[in-house]
Amino acid sequence: MPDLEPGQTHLHAGRSVLRPDLIEKVTGAAQYCVDIRRSGMLHAKIVRSRRAHARIASIDTSAARAMSGVVAVIVASDLAGLFARFGHIVPDHEILASGKVRYYGEPVAIVVADTEAAASDALDYVDVDYEDLPAVMSAEEALAPGAPLVHEEQHRRVDVDSLSPVETGADQGELRTSNVAHEATLEWGDVDSVWPVAAAVVENRMHYPMLYAYAMEPYNAVASFDEGRLEVDSTAQHPFMVRDDLARIFSLPLAAVTVRAPYLGGGYGSKSYTKVEPLAAVASWRTGRPVKLVLDVEESIYTTRADSAEVHVRSAFDDQGHILAREIDIVMDSGAYADNSPLVVAKSVNRSFGPYRVPNLRVRGRSVYTNTSPASSYRGFGAPQGVLAGETNLEQAADRLGIDSAELRRRNLVRPGEEILHGKRGIDADLPADLEMVVGALREHAPEDQSWFASAMACSASDAGAFPVSTATVRVQADGSVIVLSGSTEMGQGSRSALAQIAAEELRVELRVVTVRQSDTGATAYERTTGASRTTTLTGLALQRACQDALSKLRSMAAEVKGCSADEIAPSPAGFALPGGDTISYGEVVRSWFGAAAGEVTGIGLLRREGATAKMPPFWEIGMIGVGCRIDPATGAIAVEQLVTVGDVGFAINPQAVEAQDLGAATQGLGCALFEELLYDGPQLMNPNIVDYRVPRMRDLPGRIDAMLAERRDGVGPYGAKGSGEGALNPIAAAVATAVARVVGRWPDRVPLTPERVWRLINETGPDDTTGDRSSPREG
Amino acid sequence: MQVSMSVNGDEVTEEIEARMLLVHFLRDQLGLTGTHWGCDTSNCGTCVVWMDGEPVKSCTVLAAMAGGHEVRTVEGLERDGELDPVQQGFMECHGLQCGFCTPGMLMTARALLDRNPSPSTDEIRQAISGQICRCTGYATIVRSIQWAASYEAAATVGSAS
Repeated sequence: MPDLEPGQTHLHAGRSVLRPDLIEKVTGAAQYCVDIRRSGMLHAKIVRSRRAHARIASIDTSAARAMSGVVAVIVASDLAGLFARFGHIVPDHEILASGKVRYYGEPVAIVVADTEAAASDALDYVDVDYEDLPAVMSAEEALAPGAPLVHEEQHRRVDVDSLSPVETGADQGELRTSNVAHEATLEWGDVDSVWPVAAAVVENRMHYPMLYAYAMEPYNAVASFDEGRLEVDSTAQHPFMVRDDLARIFSLPLAAVTVRAPYLGGGYGSKSYTKVEPLAAVASWRTGRPVKLVLDVEESIYTTRADSAEVHVRSAFDDQGHILAREIDIVMDSGAYADNSPLVVAKSVNRSFGPYRVPNLRVRGRSVYTNTSPASSYRGFGAPQGVLAGETNLEQAADRLGIDSAELRRRNLVRPGEEILHGKRGIDADLPADLEMVVGALREHAPEDQSWFASAMACSASDAGAFPVSTATVRVQADGSVIVLSGSTEMGQGSRSALAQIAAEELRVELRVVTVRQSDTGATAYERTTGASRTTTLTGLALQRACQDALSKLRSMAAEVKGCSADEIAPSPAGFALPGGDTISYGEVVRSWFGAAAGEVTGIGLLRREGATAKMPPFWEIGMIGVGCRIDPATGAIAVEQLVTVGDVGFAINPQAVEAQDLGAATQGLGCALFEELLYDGPQLMNPNIVDYRVPRMRDLPGRIDAMLAERRDGVGPYGAKGSGEGALNPIAAAVATAVARVVGRWPDRVPLTPERVWRLINETGPDDTTGDRSSPREG
Repeated sequence: MQVSMSVNGDEVTEEIEARMLLVHFLRDQLGLTGTHWGCDTSNCGTCVVWMDGEPVKSCTVLAAMAGGHEVRTVEGLERDGELDPVQQGFMECHGLQCGFCTPGMLMTARALLDRNPSPSTDEIRQAISGQICRCTGYATIVRSIQWAASYEAAATVGSAS
């Protein structure tokens, strides 16, 4: 056990301990879902739509069924008797398209065969006859008057207060009249009264691209349906929510469905909610054998992407640069099914106007159905879309007002404890101090050669943590070792280590005696989601309570076996100090109380919306970023020479892991700022592969990285912790766009800032100017 | 068809379909799932193994092409129960998060250090440039390989004195 050094308050928390999952991951022993095999297992491959929007006239499966090795070909009509849709907000997502297809790549049939190769061979022999329907391929087309509807029917929302499955046929909703899947608004004050009296009104428009999270392990699942019980191993960030969808599909009790998530090969939000699990599950239900379904990268890209967005911002300022009003309109292209986009757009509304004092505000966000691949969560969750436009708007205002943009932020940033959403938790961070850290680092390390170079910063605040429902269990064994049970999924972020550190800290035991088991709906504790950067804070709080519960029980048991009062027993390492100077270990307590070399003591921790977590959001996740960019004027290529991140995390349980999260998030954000964009050409994507969809590679690593932590113990989580992992991504595209504008003298109207786009910004001018500099003073 | 090769020093002979890729042979036929399958297009590099000491992307090598050759995978990196220094380096310097790219990274890193025991930062970046990591942002991977190089240099000095 480490000793406390001067200034240290914790034995395990706050130390960069070796993560326990790393040893398995460097030896190749770590098991990912794609590694799982079951005896008697069949393999599924998916027949996918070759149309963006079309009526399915007929499907002929006979040729495919006759092929060697093929066991079954399943189409929508084979799912009669099931509730054959899913969706945790709106159950609009058909497992297999029935009646019509809504996007190119949508599952139409499942081929199940003895081998993956045999299933693949049979795909082309499933003959689907389509009758084309007019398609809407962008949000603009989908919002046009008289646009064809992607969904004719309005599905009822899932009743989150009821655990009972929605009965088949019971949700026949009203007919829809538009393609708006969800609308969210936020308003206070009177923005309209401000525009005429403002010293400056600055307006801009930014396009945020469709993105693919590209978790390197593609979506996959193994399902086994047997005797009214369903077991699924899957690449699911939220196994408990996937279980809920599966139970509804098969009308099974929640307890009869088990979903397990082993190590995930990346998630970043893209493995949130139900994806491929229903396909594998119905295949097993039809064949009576375990079925494995592994998507390739192209299929994964068509399964989920991030919402693209068109964001229009108008801000009013007084002559001192104080924000008087902001009005923001967000339109997201959410693709063919809602998935989590209603929540993404709602969060984008909350996160778009920044952590500033905004006395008058009006924000409208719309999530729009189109005939493109379904969009859902991706790291940052609505924040990057809104922040790109909001922060570049602020920078343009600084130009106009003649005020340095850091100074403009100083004048408008909220102070610790101040609300940015009325009635919600005040900001639990010191943003002005974070800002000075970025400004200082950029200044200190500014390159001597300033030609074609500019630095820029941007910031954001996200209402993070999601709804506080968490549980944790600790089981103290007869030898004093500890098992922690949690439903939070380890997908690389290091939760297995953070939870072990918290348990060791609370129980005063050595880290090596703690084993954390995660994400098995039949065996571990419940966790609502692994997202919104919540695990350290919310699961951590539940775990602290579980440890206190176990300690309380152990203390009473120690008093009983030693014949003293519990009040006379004091804490000591891995056990208790008894009256008279003796100590007793947890293992001895367990063994003595049960009277054999056996037994265990279980502690349970429950967290809901009360006490420290009564106010929403549970915490604010801060993004505070600086970049220094140099542009090659000949090619338009951007080299990121400086990257500055500030992780305002309250308290870093594992500082090395937190810095790693920030660097990873910033790098993904740079991908979006510089290269990443899914592009449709007609009904299908032009670049659904990682050759043409360019993610950051080794040579894109920034020249200098300053990764800093701000630990002010101002979070509600254990030891003052707040979550991290998304913050560094959210503002980075805005910072890069600003740096480019500072170098070339014109504002871009979109990211990614590919060399071609930058080159055009440098070299093209005139009436066809498509840049986003719409910041002329408002007339009248 | 029948194929025989040496995998991590063991001679194996298996009956396979001629079209089977080396990555699937290792994973599905031999159960060596440490080698990962990712993009299937020779881009991500999570499937990197050695064939006769050369790193290859095993999603682009037919198992039949590996017949008669020596294949080494991440499972073969450990020697006499000791982690290879590159494995230690990745643990020490947090060169991974989800770990999915790690086996391929380790095999390339080991091959680099075997040829060039003290690579420069640029040489490390060059060596890894054909592989993708989506979690770390690469900086810690560079540090991990530098750690392994320093460790081996110190060990060499130690054994020479």
